[in-house]
Amino acid sequence: MKTAVRLFFHLKRFSLLALVCALGFAGCKEKPGANAPVVIKYWEKWTGFESDAMQVIVNDFNASQNRIFVDYCTVSQIDRKLMLATAGGVPPDVAGVWSENIPVYAENNALTPLDKRAAGAGITREKYTDIFWKICSHRDHLWALPTTPTSIALIWNKKLFRAAGLDPERPPKSIAELDEYNRKLVKYRPDGSLEAMGFIPGEPNWFDSMWGCWFGGKLWDGEKTITADAPEVLAAYQWVESYPKRYGSSQLLAFRDGFGNFASPQNAFFTGRVAMVLQGVWIHNFIKNYAPPDFEWGAAPFPTADPANLPNVTIAGCDVLVIPAGARHPKEAFEFIAYVNSQKVMEKLCMGQRKFTPLRDCSPGFLANHPNPYIKVFADLAKSPNATALPRLTTWTQYSNDLVNAVTRIQSGNTSATEALHDVSQRQQQVLDRSLARWKRVSPKLTDEWTNQ
Amino acid sequence: MTKRDKQNLRMGLLFISPWLLGFLTLCVYPLLSSLFYSLCDYSVLSPAVYVGTDNYRDLFTDAVFWKALSNTLFFAAFAIPLGMLVSLSLAILLNFNVPGKGLFRVVFFLPSLVPMVCLAVLWQWMLNGELGLINNFLRPILSGINHLLGTSLAAPNWLMDARYAKWGIIFTGLWGVGHAVVIYLAGLQDVPRHLYESADIDGANFWHKTIHISLPVISPVIYFNTIMGLIGSFQVFAVPYVMTGGGDGPERSLLFVSTYLYQNAFDYWNMGYACAIGMILFLIILALTYAATKLSERHVYYAGK
Repeated sequence: MKTAVRLFFHLKRFSLLALVCALGFAGCKEKPGANAPVVIKYWEKWTGFESDAMQVIVNDFNASQNRIFVDYCTVSQIDRKLMLATAGGVPPDVAGVWSENIPVYAENNALTPLDKRAAGAGITREKYTDIFWKICSHRDHLWALPTTPTSIALIWNKKLFRAAGLDPERPPKSIAELDEYNRKLVKYRPDGSLEAMGFIPGEPNWFDSMWGCWFGGKLWDGEKTITADAPEVLAAYQWVESYPKRYGSSQLLAFRDGFGNFASPQNAFFTGRVAMVLQGVWIHNFIKNYAPPDFEWGAAPFPTADPANLPNVTIAGCDVLVIPAGARHPKEAFEFIAYVNSQKVMEKLCMGQRKFTPLRDCSPGFLANHPNPYIKVFADLAKSPNATALPRLTTWTQYSNDLVNAVTRIQSGNTSATEALHDVSQRQQQVLDRSLARWKRVSPKLTDEWTNQ
Repeated sequence: MTKRDKQNLRMGLLFISPWLLGFLTLCVYPLLSSLFYSLCDYSVLSPAVYVGTDNYRDLFTDAVFWKALSNTLFFAAFAIPLGMLVSLSLAILLNFNVPGKGLFRVVFFLPSLVPMVCLAVLWQWMLNGELGLINNFLRPILSGINHLLGTSLAAPNWLMDARYAKWGIIFTGLWGVGHAVVIYLAGLQDVPRHLYESADIDGANFWHKTIHISLPVISPVIYFNTIMGLIGSFQVFAVPYVMTGGGDGPERSLLFVSTYLYQNAFDYWNMGYACAIGMILFLIILALTYAATKLSERHVYYAGK
């Protein structure tokens, strides 16, 4: 029996290894040579110019010394492949993932804590914009260091503002004002269908789970209670509900169905079908690539329900570098991560990706020479006391999925915001309870291990 | 068993060993490990912890699982008969001895060569509520009906409206009936000519010959396609996954059991729960296949065997 069980687990390991080989290793090659430096494998999710920007940094690092060689490899669906590679015992030494991956990876013991290594290299909280250090930490340990950060803001089309008789330099500041602007920007076709709108919640639907933030709401209490149906969150989704009520559910669905892909010239914002969108610092790159050459745009903090008491609300996030558990060269891996986190290198990377820096210190020329004319808006938003991150929950993917589904129910006109949020709250409380029970079971052993690493 | 029998057995086993090895490692092992993990709290990265039937108990109270299951049953209930009707009708038409029949057969088979992902992207645009070809075709017809009857029928927002989304996927599935058509066609060409000739002498028309000769003779083929369609319908994944961008569709109308299984395994880190969904799906397909076999026993004709 014992042999059978052992064989079972050997087979499990073998099959995971085979899967990882099939999924992830194509295209990666190791630098040969008997006296070669330590080769560290670095998996990153970026492609295109973002990948090119990191390739420059990797090349600089490889040229700067001869002890470590970084083997840089772009991997699609990196979060899933990293999970399988780590389970199979063959993770890369460094991986570039999203900050929202940290809680679930950390609690599943898939990451190496960086506290001692960071302290040893003089990397401290004070060097970073608050929110980004917080994002890299979980359960009182540091798990990652940032690469390129993001924040989101209101982006508007100045030409459409002008055509509707609005001041193109004055964006709306409150949600009420946003609705007022929208009414002035709405256009109908002769057959009565919608031709253009000022704003439509859910275009695109990337932030449908976070509308509560601009109404002062929180999605959980930070410990063990889900608060998806708290009054502030409910107010946000009642605002979402007001759009299908005002314009008709079928009308809005048909209108949205006609939008092209985000990364294309048919993007509803670039074609002028929507005059205002909630978007991140990356929008500048998409405008450059896909919008008409004479496209005029502006960026400002997204309106809130109460701008006097709740100004400059944003959701901040960042791409991060982690060392997976079981990495073969954690010391060398951290040396590379620390190199990326030095001010000069970080600014070069962020400039290459047209983003702002997550570090507190910023050289005078960085913002002045930045190609994105509104980079300061995004950088300042990330520093705002009202900047928030996606909830640091291991169950966030499920929670977010439920909220996005709640929005589709609300938009269909068949379910009220109250009912939809009540359902989400009930279901997610059960999911969180299960997750907390799992954490309670594994935490004594894990926290000991992490403290000693 | 004689020495020669034993030698034959050894040689036989040796020759089928590649298949046996593949079957054991790629079918039996995953099935058994799936059963084991369905009884565990398992996130792939943490060691599996035995939790008994907790996953199954949670499944029975999980409203999203029931929604996914009802979507899958709806899809199977309409996609299988509709697919069979269309593919069988096409096969019968393509079996006519008309000039250019080879060209027609190629034309109807070609769409099934389109990869699933391309098919999904293509139909995403065909079914687009505002710009799609389907609605461009429907609008003048609906407008005519509205004009005549004073109704206010509108072309549906196929993939954005929960009432129509599954129908969109069902119609998309019809695009790939080419494989079934080829199998039916092969069956129809095996029907003995003398049966038709006898029927002709008796004065049977086309429908009599189809109902009383063609369909009974090809009943094993119909049975085979039904079982394959049943399995395929319960495993529907790629097309709705691509069409919804990996999401659940409006009001979870396009969330199928396979998609929910995938989400739990790879998005939510609940591999144990995903394995439990997999086991339930396995049992459902097994039960329905068994039921189909039993129900069709008296209606499938195996040339007198």
